[in-house]
Amino acid sequence: MAEASGAVALPGMEVRQLERNLYEVYIGPAHPGSGHMRIIVRVEGDVMVEVDPDIGFVHRTMEKLSEGRDWMKNIPLFERMAILDACNVTLPYVEAVEKLLDVDPPERAKYLRTLLCEINRVASHLYGFGIFGVFLGHSTLYMWAFGDREIFVELAEKLTGARLTHSYPMFGGVRRDMPDDFGKHVRKATAYMRRRLDEYAKIFLNNPNIRSRLEGVGVIPKGRAVEMGLAGPNVRASGVKYDVRLAEPYEAYDRVDFEIPVYEEGDSLARAWQRVDEMRQSLSIMEQAVDWLEKHPREGFIHEKFWKTAPPIYKQVYAGAVPYAGKYRVKMIPLYASLRVPAGRSFARVESGRGEITYYVESDGKDTPYRVRVVSGSFRNVIAFKYAMPGHRLADLPAIYGSFDYFPPEWDR
Amino acid sequence: MSTSAQGIVDRLKSALGEGISVEQLKGYLELQVDPGRLVDVARRLKESGFDHVKSVTAVDYPAKKQIKVIYHVSSMLDEELARYVVGLATSVDRDDPVVPSLVGVWLSAEFHEREVYEYFGVRFDGHPDLRPLLLTPDLAAQKILRKDFKVVEEDDYLKLTFEEYTSTKRWV
Repeated sequence: MAEASGAVALPGMEVRQLERNLYEVYIGPAHPGSGHMRIIVRVEGDVMVEVDPDIGFVHRTMEKLSEGRDWMKNIPLFERMAILDACNVTLPYVEAVEKLLDVDPPERAKYLRTLLCEINRVASHLYGFGIFGVFLGHSTLYMWAFGDREIFVELAEKLTGARLTHSYPMFGGVRRDMPDDFGKHVRKATAYMRRRLDEYAKIFLNNPNIRSRLEGVGVIPKGRAVEMGLAGPNVRASGVKYDVRLAEPYEAYDRVDFEIPVYEEGDSLARAWQRVDEMRQSLSIMEQAVDWLEKHPREGFIHEKFWKTAPPIYKQVYAGAVPYAGKYRVKMIPLYASLRVPAGRSFARVESGRGEITYYVESDGKDTPYRVRVVSGSFRNVIAFKYAMPGHRLADLPAIYGSFDYFPPEWDR
Repeated sequence: MSTSAQGIVDRLKSALGEGISVEQLKGYLELQVDPGRLVDVARRLKESGFDHVKSVTAVDYPAKKQIKVIYHVSSMLDEELARYVVGLATSVDRDDPVVPSLVGVWLSAEFHEREVYEYFGVRFDGHPDLRPLLLTPDLAAQKILRKDFKVVEEDDYLKLTFEEYTSTKRWV
């Protein structure tokens, strides 16, 4: 660093001179903003000419690890990809295995899954928002978003018993039913969050400082976004109306009422607004799901195929007759431990907070999978670093990087 | 996707011509082609509206001495096609796996192909920047997702004598 004439070392950055006026800048992997990721940028003056995302610092080879574990034990494994979006991340795995087992979960389980998916989506967008605020030096938003996210984390805790790693969807259903007073908490949270989103717009999105840093920065045109195969809010902010919840509705999404917000601009500001609008839709879906769950009797949170193997005490607990560590807290059904999945190949996809997440599952009839392939939304968005950043100034890097709602453990897997 | 899938199967058959079998699996349709025809079929798929790659998967079959590479593609702009996922599959020799790269057809395959390359050692002919993505070069050389690479679990106990431990101590 020091030898290179004219090179300046900033905290977390390493700079190397390649030729006159062309420098190679290493950002990360220990940069306070970048997370566990390195970006190798070549700058001419202060304009980025080549960007190479160097990822893999939190790679755990989940696809290989899953081949040595029981079908059931892979749910907590894949959850570690994005613990703040745990239900969305494990749901397609569960759906793919259900397709092989030929099991369709009961209606109530579908609504419970939808409910937790949306709680997770709001929590995950708020997390992304907080990090985005820090990137732009807006510490207030960071505090606000992380504080408000706590409400949704606690909602998830009330529903599942765990703050982040809930392992809620199980083959054929969910792990437990919701508590009696859950609807009250959900309505309180959604009313509060709607009010807060207006305040977010005032302090952050309509703030002249923030707008001048985001508007027209990192523009991805519609055709380019599709060509790069981006996923989730990033592609919708470029004017593509594509959402798995719309294209191939799963769980209860074909019975709840919601819109897919789309922005035409494709810049960093549009990507930020996109997430706010999606949060509003998620809050509405949460209310609809909880309304349905309250109106319908508590029956069938798990498929009959599994429930009939449960010992009688489980059924008494679920009916509320025997209090066991709180109401409706059924233990794991023993059949899962010895589950064998019929041979076959299946594919499932779900719209998670950071975009579409897909699983390809292949079974050869044994008690462990033969091959599981998972691609998360974040991984599909990595390519945008390479193609959307060159041409901008180095100072715009955090604004573009933050607007993609990056999450290294999810793309490294 | 049971009853309505017939429409898409017919559409695929008319776009790709005869001689390609379309297999209906759970959640996607699989087309099996030879490596030589891969680029041609991919171009036809792209022309008929499949605009991006969702995932590139490889599966190792040591008994058959084959590695199967599957490109899962779908559409974002065509609402009808967006409902389906098509897996374009090809099988290659396990000892010398070479597949023509589809980055020229679908740019979105670029990072996926790099990942398959480091996991399985499958070389993509014509890829603009084929090097390991997530793994270090040492680990990538071991082709860790092939079936003959075994994951060794760590022991619960530290296999180390006191002398060894003290000799590797970094502090005084």
